Amino acid sequence: MPAVSKGDGMRGLAVFISDIRNCKSKEAEIKRINKELANIRSKFKGDKALDGYSKKKYVCKLLFIFLLGHDIDFGHMEAVNLLSSNKYTEKQIGYLFISVLVNSNSELIRLINNAIKNDLASRNPTFMCLALHCIANVGSREMGEAFAADIPRILVAGDSMDSVKQSAALCLLRLYKASPDLVPMGEWTARVVHLLNDQHMGVVTAAVSLITCLCKKNPDDFKTCISLAVSRLSRIVSSASTDLQDYTYYFVPAPWLSVKLLRLLQCYPPPEDAAVKGRLVECLETVLNKAQEPPKSKKVQHSNAKNAILLETISLIIHYDSEPNLLVRACNQLGQFLQHRETNLRYLALESMCTLASSEFSHEAVKTHIDTVINALKTERDVSVRQRAADLLYAMCDRSNAKQIVSEMLRYLETADYAIREEIVLKVAILAEKYAVDYSWYVDTILNLIRIAGDYVSEEVWYRVLQIVTNRDDVQGYAAKTVFEALQAPACHENMVKVGGYILGEFGNLIAGDPRSSPPVQFSLLHSKFHLCSVATRALLLSTYIKFINLFPETKATIQGVLRAGSQLRNADVELQQRAVEYLTLSSVASTDVLATVLEEMPPFPERESSILAKLKRKKGPGAASALDDGRRDPSSNDINGGVEPTPSTVSTPSPSADLLGLRAAPPPAAPPAPTAAGNLLVDVFSDGPAAQPSLGPTPEEAFLSPGPEDIGPPIPEADELLNKFVCKNNGVLFENQLLQIGVKSEFRQNLGRMYLFYGNKTSVQFQNFSPTVVHPGDLQTQLAVQTKRVAAQVDGGAQVQQVLNIECLRDFLTPPLLSVRFRYGGATQSLTLKLPVTINKFFQPTEMAAQDFFQRWKQLSLPLQEAQKIFKANHPMDAEVTKAKLLGFGSALLDNVDPNPENFVGAGIIQTKALQVGCLLRLEPNAQAQMYRLTLRTSKEPVSRHLCELLAQQF
Amino acid sequence: MQFMLLFSRQGKLRLQKWYVPLSDKEKKKITRELVQTVLARKPKMCSFLEWRDLKIVYKRYASLYFCCAIEDQDNELITLEIIHRYVELLDKYFGSVCELDIIFNFEKAYFILDEFLLGGEVQETSKKNVLKAIEQADLLQEKTENIYHSKHFHWCKKAY
Repeated sequence: MPAVSKGDGMRGLAVFISDIRNCKSKEAEIKRINKELANIRSKFKGDKALDGYSKKKYVCKLLFIFLLGHDIDFGHMEAVNLLSSNKYTEKQIGYLFISVLVNSNSELIRLINNAIKNDLASRNPTFMCLALHCIANVGSREMGEAFAADIPRILVAGDSMDSVKQSAALCLLRLYKASPDLVPMGEWTARVVHLLNDQHMGVVTAAVSLITCLCKKNPDDFKTCISLAVSRLSRIVSSASTDLQDYTYYFVPAPWLSVKLLRLLQCYPPPEDAAVKGRLVECLETVLNKAQEPPKSKKVQHSNAKNAILLETISLIIHYDSEPNLLVRACNQLGQFLQHRETNLRYLALESMCTLASSEFSHEAVKTHIDTVINALKTERDVSVRQRAADLLYAMCDRSNAKQIVSEMLRYLETADYAIREEIVLKVAILAEKYAVDYSWYVDTILNLIRIAGDYVSEEVWYRVLQIVTNRDDVQGYAAKTVFEALQAPACHENMVKVGGYILGEFGNLIAGDPRSSPPVQFSLLHSKFHLCSVATRALLLSTYIKFINLFPETKATIQGVLRAGSQLRNADVELQQRAVEYLTLSSVASTDVLATVLEEMPPFPERESSILAKLKRKKGPGAASALDDGRRDPSSNDINGGVEPTPSTVSTPSPSADLLGLRAAPPPAAPPAPTAAGNLLVDVFSDGPAAQPSLGPTPEEAFLSPGPEDIGPPIPEADELLNKFVCKNNGVLFENQLLQIGVKSEFRQNLGRMYLFYGNKTSVQFQNFSPTVVHPGDLQTQLAVQTKRVAAQVDGGAQVQQVLNIECLRDFLTPPLLSVRFRYGGATQSLTLKLPVTINKFFQPTEMAAQDFFQRWKQLSLPLQEAQKIFKANHPMDAEVTKAKLLGFGSALLDNVDPNPENFVGAGIIQTKALQVGCLLRLEPNAQAQMYRLTLRTSKEPVSRHLCELLAQQF
Repeated sequence: MQFMLLFSRQGKLRLQKWYVPLSDKEKKKITRELVQTVLARKPKMCSFLEWRDLKIVYKRYASLYFCCAIEDQDNELITLEIIHRYVELLDKYFGSVCELDIIFNFEKAYFILDEFLLGGEVQETSKKNVLKAIEQADLLQEKTENIYHSKHFHWCKKAY
């Protein structure tokens, strides 16, 4: 077909394009483009009305410039004009421009929608298709609002042309994906299902996609599609290779339609109707049989199309997971592909077998291919194929082959690509733990991991080995012996020192009988590594040393000497210095008995699911996407709105009447109420009243309240204000009235925190039944773990009691826990609820980074929801030093020389939770003239950005 | 399918079709990242790779790479043949298509794609039907300015 007759060659456009291609530099290109833009602008603005052809040509040029990557800020109107042209090509270019460069300009949208409406009503099938393509390409909510109701009508209308039906089906699909609420289900749905019977294969092809999407949300409404899809599939599968004429692709009848039909069937369980099921099984068998026939063509297209159907068939068989015979056949088929000369097929076979491995019917059959898969891991040249092989080995692993698979993976690790090492390490660690019959094998495996790929062994992995060794006394002696030997290597990885230090500190006594590993030898071996290690490891070793003093009194003098050395006692690192000082004092003042108690062997860890598994799951999703993903999986835990439910029990259970005179408002009966307290009294009387309570919850957070084990009142009105004082500091007075003072001292490290609460009785009378408790409202329980120690039930007049809280941040949270204090004073029960000053920013770990890194990360977090911004008036004098101190107190690192404006503050940090880490970047721009600030937060998790922004904005 | 990109061996983007809503910034970032990843791969490597939470299916035809991003449950091999069918359609329409045809007649490349794929799904697999739709359009257009086209065709062959 000669190209000469094609198209509508726009001479000016071709000249412009070749000019651009001839540009020698980027600058020349930009210059040429600017010249052209000026020219087009003047043409559009000129007095002379442009004819349709010129308008089309200029719009097309603009489109070309945009597609080159330049911004276009005009021409939309001219493009919209083209939509109403009667000439097809002008209309077509207009639509193309609109599809590529949609503008949310409302005036324009109205015009565009109008033009589309006209074309849809035109009864001219080519115009209708153009309009439908445009709706599908834009797919915005506005388009949905305007057309979602009309399109089903066009789709099922008896007089619609086939091509229009095809476009309408997929157009509807796109709108449904974008905004499902806009597409009304109705009478048309039944007729859509019957499009599966349509004579036109193209119509069926388009309709199946639509049905597959719709039936996922409304499976029952579309159930009739099963039998129709089966009969359609059966007709295709059994047709001769030329029956379907133009729908046959390289001797394969209708491959795209077949794959789509098989996908549709995967939305449902196996057919209930025996006849339908029989027919389907026959189809599946036919596909499997055909795979064994000699190919009808040597072309790769033939085998690809044929195998696409075959693999989709296998997916359906795996989905049903009920036909052992078919599963085993599928497995054998994939087994053949494992050794196919086409890399693509080997890749897909490995991938597909992974799912087969989890079926009880085919697990054994998959296992027979172990040697081939191991070979693939060793010899495949493409890393993505090797990765699949590693995945499959992991999936097919069980007790019978664990040793072989783990040792092969370990061997592979020595040469593995850096990109996948960490994942392999995690997999090995999980398999070794899961299938360990004797734990000495497990210990050997993990130590091997550290030896081979120490850098990729994360904390989760070596923590886990310590937990397991601590919990199983049958392996402790072996572990001590093995780490002792491993540490003798001249160069050993720091993670080995950590594991070794910990294990010898706990169980070194088990090997101390052997003169080759006598206590002094153990100590000097560990200490020989000390100076090469990081602070964290040295801190761990210091703990090992103090444990040695208890285990082996004969080492006491040596170790005290080490602790006493200037390099420890005056170490610049606070943590090391503190440990050295405290351990030295402990070893000198404490009696042997006390020492033995304090330094007793660690108690067994509570059994729980391996944290490594969670880590592996997280690894699967890359980077920021995985953090978002986490959020998606568990929306209720973060979404404040999702969690808001007025808890019926708060409303229906009235507090005991004594609470009406709650402490938070009640001064001691004798003293006259202070003026401020008097105001509160009124509020509180109402707030505890059952009926009034819901209306008094002014913020969503307060509605979040759910009663704890006991009946907990809502936080006092000033609780938020009190909480705010502690966002940027950790110590101070949390609350004070005439009776009671509550002081706070807290420290946080990583995702852990310890808080000391000091309750001071300001009166001269004893408080009785004194009980402070911590309550986790709503979902907080899954986000934050707070362990409290009980305190004495009596607090004498003038005395102070202390309560220790251990806090662990499990995942990101938005609401602080509540502290409820109750006691009897002067014959009445006093109760008071405060917000405990634990906010998400406490778990910040400051991160230093260079300007370049900062901006790169900043850009990475550019999804609209990842950013939160607030512009607010300064509530305090704008002093740079104070601001700095506050930001540091907030927890992020302050980065100098990042923001081009030295007045601005830029910070970075990572919020550490047990489940995930959230990277945070912040920027605070003071405007001294206006007495305003602009605060911008970007984090990888949307609710966190918003929450941090709100917390911090209240500090200035 | 979430998107399709055509780019040259030098990394120049020749066609981009997005079937999911993304900002221009994200589109540019994705393009940059993928072009780099795909160009770095060696010729005999497999045509599929995992990328973010998507699967990338790509194939090289002469100087052009065709690259599709599909979702987890989508079929890789049939996507490879979507690419091939698109190439066949371009070839049939332009007559031994080359990269220059797509540069100079980019709008046609988009029109043909719209007839074949819509909203990321295959709309019509029959070569005849797709080309019929495009040719109808060509017949509807005015017969002006055809002279230049023949000249351009000439260049195209030469450069190829």
